Amino acid sequence: MAKNQVYTKSYHPYHSPDDPCPDPGEKHYSTPPHLYMGFQPEKLPQYTPKEALQKGTLWPALYDPYEKNQKLKG
Amino acid sequence: MWVYEKKLQYPVKVSTCNPQLAKFLVEQYGGADGELAAALRYLNQRYTIPDKVVGLLNDIGTEEFAHLEMIAAMVYKLTKDATPEQLKQAGLGDHYVNHGEALFYSNAAEVPFTATYIQAKGDPIADLYEDIAAEEKARATYQWIIDMSDDVDLNDSLRFLREREIVHSQRFREAVEILKEERDRKKVF
Repeated sequence: MAKNQVYTKSYHPYHSPDDPCPDPGEKHYSTPPHLYMGFQPEKLPQYTPKEALQKGTLWPALYDPYEKNQKLKG
Repeated sequence: MWVYEKKLQYPVKVSTCNPQLAKFLVEQYGGADGELAAALRYLNQRYTIPDKVVGLLNDIGTEEFAHLEMIAAMVYKLTKDATPEQLKQAGLGDHYVNHGEALFYSNAAEVPFTATYIQAKGDPIADLYEDIAAEEKARATYQWIIDMSDDVDLNDSLRFLREREIVHSQRFREAVEILKEERDRKKVF
């Protein structure tokens, strides 16, 4: 399972038979990991310093990369 | 006071000649949920927040200026070699007439920055909840800019900045928990 799928939820807005545009299907929205963490537990696994500088966080538990058009693709 | 390091927090590279991306990016420069608003908000609120979380606002507010500098570098790189005609086609004609090649604190629709974007209510919970909301809005703004951009190198830097919003939101949420704990402890005494 792709990591970012964990942090995405989706819903399907109503699409009328009279709507002129094709139904784009599911709409996805971000629910990044910090929404579920509460107070960060001690001693979580860490990235190496180099990796952390590249990713923007020291902790895999807070990493949520966003892909272009994730809203459409999930 | 601050100590300045003459480098960006994260490398900024643009790989496409696309000044229109600069127009979108200024939303994070001088927009309501941009980096300038964030930096000014936190560094002002820090004076009237309980001691335990002053340092957090100080550190995050300082980092926001480092993000502002990254956005400025992106906007500059995307516009510095463009002709006035190219800027006009990119939707930056109005900007050019007012500011030439200079950067300015406005949002993507050229609305100039205003202090009314930010608040200091002097109530620690109200202020921290605003800060959490600001981080989530900035995170969303980065998502929509990435959606608009086909520049993979630019998107790499934007993905880093979005991740920082997540970490900042997490820390502000923890700050709220710290202040809630403080209230409980007083009851015990």
